[in-house]
Amino acid sequence: MAATRDFVIRFAGEGGQGMVTASEALAAAAAQVGYHVMTFVTFPSQIMGGPTWSQCRVSVTPALSNGDTLDVLVAFNEEAYEVHKGELRDGGILVYDSAVFEVPDEDRSAMNVVALPYEELGKSTGNPRAANMVILGAVAQFVEWPEQYLEDFNVQRFTRGRPNDAEIVAANSMGLGLGRNAARESGFSLGELAAPDPPDYEQIIIKGNESFGLGALAGGVNFFVGYPISPATSILVFMEQNLRGEGTFVYQASSEIESISTIVGAGFAGKKAMTSTAGPGFSLMSEGLGMAWMMEIPCVIVDVQRGGPATGLPTKSEQSDLYMAMHPAHGDSQLPVIAPGTIEECFYAAMHALNWAERYQGPVIVLSDHMLSERVQNIRKPDPALVEVEARQIYTGTNGYKRYEGDSVSPMPLPGGPGAYVANASEHDDIGDTTHLPERHVLGTERRFGKLKLLEDTPYEARNTDNDVVILPWGGQKGPAHEAYERMMENGVPVGWYYTMFISPLNPKLLDELRSKKLVLVPELNYLGQLSSILRQHGVNAKSLTQYTGLPFKVADLVEKITAEVEAEVGSKVGV
Amino acid sequence: MTKRNPEYDFKWCPGCGDFGVKRAIELTIAARTTEMDIAFENNVIVAGIGCSGNLVHLTDGPQPFGFHGIHGRTLPVAFGIKSGNPELEVMIVAGDGDFLSIGAEHIGPAAQRNLNVTCVIMDNGVYGLTKGQSSPTTQFGVVTSTTPGGKIEGEVKPFQYYLSLGASFVASAFSSKPREMAQMIRQGMDYRGFSIVHVQSPCTTYNDNYDVLRGNAKKGIDPLTYDIPESHDPTDYREALRIAQDPGIPLGVLYAADNSEPLDERYSSLNSRLRSRDVDEMIASFAIQ
Repeated sequence: MAATRDFVIRFAGEGGQGMVTASEALAAAAAQVGYHVMTFVTFPSQIMGGPTWSQCRVSVTPALSNGDTLDVLVAFNEEAYEVHKGELRDGGILVYDSAVFEVPDEDRSAMNVVALPYEELGKSTGNPRAANMVILGAVAQFVEWPEQYLEDFNVQRFTRGRPNDAEIVAANSMGLGLGRNAARESGFSLGELAAPDPPDYEQIIIKGNESFGLGALAGGVNFFVGYPISPATSILVFMEQNLRGEGTFVYQASSEIESISTIVGAGFAGKKAMTSTAGPGFSLMSEGLGMAWMMEIPCVIVDVQRGGPATGLPTKSEQSDLYMAMHPAHGDSQLPVIAPGTIEECFYAAMHALNWAERYQGPVIVLSDHMLSERVQNIRKPDPALVEVEARQIYTGTNGYKRYEGDSVSPMPLPGGPGAYVANASEHDDIGDTTHLPERHVLGTERRFGKLKLLEDTPYEARNTDNDVVILPWGGQKGPAHEAYERMMENGVPVGWYYTMFISPLNPKLLDELRSKKLVLVPELNYLGQLSSILRQHGVNAKSLTQYTGLPFKVADLVEKITAEVEAEVGSKVGV
Repeated sequence: MTKRNPEYDFKWCPGCGDFGVKRAIELTIAARTTEMDIAFENNVIVAGIGCSGNLVHLTDGPQPFGFHGIHGRTLPVAFGIKSGNPELEVMIVAGDGDFLSIGAEHIGPAAQRNLNVTCVIMDNGVYGLTKGQSSPTTQFGVVTSTTPGGKIEGEVKPFQYYLSLGASFVASAFSSKPREMAQMIRQGMDYRGFSIVHVQSPCTTYNDNYDVLRGNAKKGIDPLTYDIPESHDPTDYREALRIAQDPGIPLGVLYAADNSEPLDERYSSLNSRLRSRDVDEMIASFAIQ
């Protein structure tokens, strides 16, 4: 039997039981020996308890999605078992704590069931936290990993310079052994996982929000103010812990209304200012974003999208803020939007966003999402040198300067320097004083929109574009769409691929190419089909494949739907 | 409109208290920049929305930097400007509607942080720019366009409010006494911490209360304003609160906390103690071991 290429394990139970720790530990251990990993976490918005699950995919090749079906399900309680058992694949393995509940007899024929009293076994090692080690030991045995993988990981992870390090490591090692034995005794196996094929480039293992934070620092952010909100909080926390040094400022605001007004003030004073939020907070920023657009003040806002309107689904994945990101404010405006699709792109999106803000002098929105924000993944080590950090054009002349003269970006005076003006949220003349003259509103409006042209020359991915039907995913669903695309390539489905994280403004050359296609399919996690409707405004025959469950796409679903669309378009069955 | 800004079409009504406030601010900024050797371009005026906020377009003489933003957000904007560049001299000009109604949520955080800015609040007890609606400081029972049967909620008492929220410096001025007002604005700007100079600045169109404020012997009206006795110790918080609760409108410095350490100084001292890592080092900390 050929070795398996990847496996997916889900830990499901009650928040606080260590599910996230378990999947992240497995990811770290697997990455250490050269596998590619991706975790996925979903939990209710509460500190402890509530149905929580965490998943880890371990793969020989780079993981693009978190995996459609489960090879192993670890159910921490009966409720979790009932909810998740349907996603276990045929021949998959269920691991459950037999001290907590029992699997009904009638279910047992459909799956490989391993009763593993891991809490008790964990405690028996002397380290009450070793239950996870028991589980990991069992999982490693199911894929026939060399024992050394997890043993080495245990030593490295838990040798922390504390007096009882040796005891913990020994207890954990005992836990791993107990898990392995239980798995061996069960006689079940997923087949040997192929040996890792470590990439020849340097890697880091990181979450999306951390990657974004690093990119922001690389891009020169020196002012950050934010308010806690799921799933964006970890960006604020990262900044509080890492934005340091002379001339920097980081602070927790009293509200998102304060966050936006404060970064606009800081941008006015010359800082590279940024905030992070999620849907509800972004809604509160509407008026302040209009102010930044009107005053032409650089600042960056990252919206880590969650699900639904109002409080909605705070800890689920959706891509339903695109309309709002482009048009958050009343009146005529269109904000630049960058939507990273991978953890690696989160890093560069932050750098580009800061550059854009300085280049066109206005607010820039980064659209991340829950799935990107909290998952752990190994990625190529980001290289800040790949994006040149841009500085603002600053006015250095004499007083009497007309800050808003002309129809494009002009050097910006900074308080403390020459060229005093009024940054005015009302329509203004060229020194910033309020005016209601019709010709001024025409000039001002055209100047503000005209500056967007400075952001149009952006890269995009294009593959197999001689096909009539192409797909164009965006944001965090790039991964599942990419995996679906590769599977369709293997199946011989005639479909092309386009992708860009620079969503607004869209590169006119990309739009030209898209307009030449018979059909552009846009997989996106929202009800309205937001990106496809924007593409249709540009004359592209675009159609969305929507999903609004709060969960990411499953690759198999995308393959099926896209293949059906291609067949309808070409009028015959395609692929294998 | 002035020679400087011929397209600007806003005017204060004749007799508006804000003229006096504008003069006092111009005098204070000019005096401070000269006497304290502060670069004029280091002055920033952050304006609220309402008649008073237009002050930022109307100043005569050398121009400070101005920020005329959205309604109610002067404090967060000033927080960004001052924290972005602590060298700047940041002043807020706003009215009772902007500062005490839509923007009131920001006073507490600014006071706790001891944000080193000076707020000059022009209180006319009415929404003037929208033509005469009830404001937080409109008195109980007063008829306005939005309280046709008389206002049925109590009025905000600004001095008690500021003091209870923890403002470090609270002063009370009257637009008809610009010299005294200028002195208080000067003290507020020199003060290291969050300072508020609350000015009675009547609206001659919708709430002409000059007679009530300064008294009119002919009409038998006693003045509502009175000078805080020189014997008052402004570092005495309890005494300041007592004055704020007494009837009438006291004029002078109610409170000036001693040992005030503003946010920018606290922040800079904290920031200099924390270890700073460069980006490459931080990226490397995520390396797969």
